[in-house]
Amino acid sequence: MTDLATIAPGSVPGLIIEASHLAYDGIPLFQDLTLELRAGQWTGLLGPSGVGKSTLMRIAAGLDAGKGTYQATLSNGAPLKNSIALMAQRDALLPWLSVLDNACLGARLREEPITERKDQAAALLTQVGLADYLDAAPVTLSGGMRQRVALIRTLMEDRPIVLLDEPFAALDALNRHKMQDLSSKMLEGRTVLAITHDPLEALRLCHRIVIAEGKPARLRDELVPSALTPRAPNEPEVAARHGELLKYLLQAG
Amino acid sequence: MRWLRPLIIAAVLLLLWQIVVWVTQVQPFILPGPVSVLITLVTRVDVILSHAWITGLEVILGLALGTILGVVTALLMAGIKGATRWLMPVLVASQAIPVFAIAPLLVLWLDYGMTSKVAMATLIIYFPVTAAFFDGLRRTEPEWLALAETMGASRLSILRHIRMPAAMPSFASGLRVAASVAPIGAVVGEWVGSEGGLGYLMLHANARMQIDLMFAALFVLTLGSVTLYFTLDWALKRLIPWQPETLK
Repeated sequence: MTDLATIAPGSVPGLIIEASHLAYDGIPLFQDLTLELRAGQWTGLLGPSGVGKSTLMRIAAGLDAGKGTYQATLSNGAPLKNSIALMAQRDALLPWLSVLDNACLGARLREEPITERKDQAAALLTQVGLADYLDAAPVTLSGGMRQRVALIRTLMEDRPIVLLDEPFAALDALNRHKMQDLSSKMLEGRTVLAITHDPLEALRLCHRIVIAEGKPARLRDELVPSALTPRAPNEPEVAARHGELLKYLLQAG
Repeated sequence: MRWLRPLIIAAVLLLLWQIVVWVTQVQPFILPGPVSVLITLVTRVDVILSHAWITGLEVILGLALGTILGVVTALLMAGIKGATRWLMPVLVASQAIPVFAIAPLLVLWLDYGMTSKVAMATLIIYFPVTAAFFDGLRRTEPEWLALAETMGASRLSILRHIRMPAAMPSFASGLRVAASVAPIGAVVGEWVGSEGGLGYLMLHANARMQIDLMFAALFVLTLGSVTLYFTLDWALKRLIPWQPETLK
């Protein structure tokens, strides 16, 4: 059984997201925009609501984002399909499946044999403290537990690129902190795009932080603390950058 | 208290009914009291039940047939691009044509037997079942669809594993409506022309001034319909535990 929680360094491609033109109701959202995700690193995307963060994520995922010219390509030329795993703000667990079946959703949807996958999923769910809830219905779980199931489901896909669309926004501060640590650990080595509203989250987890602002959106790189991720919130550099970033976003928004 | 309350309501209504009969001294062929209806119900139970069996079978068959047709139609509309434009007018027409108006035609074409009543019941439930299921299939959470797409699921697989189970609560609402209107279809069919069934019995009893028998038949019809509805409701809650109302 392969250990899904780790991935060999250097085996992962980066992702190039290009949006030459995309407009909604005549208002340009993206014009000649390029975002490059560095291989094996976390890129955090911050920005005010409505700047097009979620649309950029849809493009990155290869989903339909509306009429326009855009694409996402892997740096090693491999096809985007089956290279991407998505984890959204709401955990998107299917209420009619058990925790274990939700974790194996990908295999079920691709009509692949599921028995072996179930063993893998059970092992991973046990790692995140859900051993007693394998057969439980998602509705009986707390928000933090549900989000852990969603993380395992993402991990079970074993894709080199992982897209996180404000995955922890619905959680309380403590659970969010725990989920950040857990995700940072479990997704280590993969190319990650994390969309977030929370500057602290970006500062804790990301190797690179990009701020999107304006219409059409422009990207701006931010300085990132030098410590290894996940960084502690009380680390002086994190705390200082948090204050600056927050102030900047307040002015920009 | 949950079971007691409807019983109390029923008892009070029956008492009021009996009081009205006593006070007004109304003729029994205009309005019999509940006591005489009960007596008729007991003494003629064999006749009533033999007719109830016919109506019951018509309702069940109509429900089954209408549900199958509705499910197939909804799946076609949701699964095949462009099918909605062809099937929606048929669906709307099936609802717009008053069943009462075409009942004589159905009896003419399908004879006095059970077939025309099953057809009536089928017709009357076809729209609620199809519309509810189709609505459910259309309103899948966009996040589930995005997730399934990135997981490499085919259209058919998404329909089977995501959209259909997600539509089950809506489908269940459609079935509940169907269960409550299917008896109407069957009884209307029996009124127009039939050889048996509770509708037939009521019509004949009415013509012969046996109003107590008519009420007894009506009572059995109501009891049957209510039982059908609550049995179905109970079964649906068990089979589809992720319905919003069951979760609370």
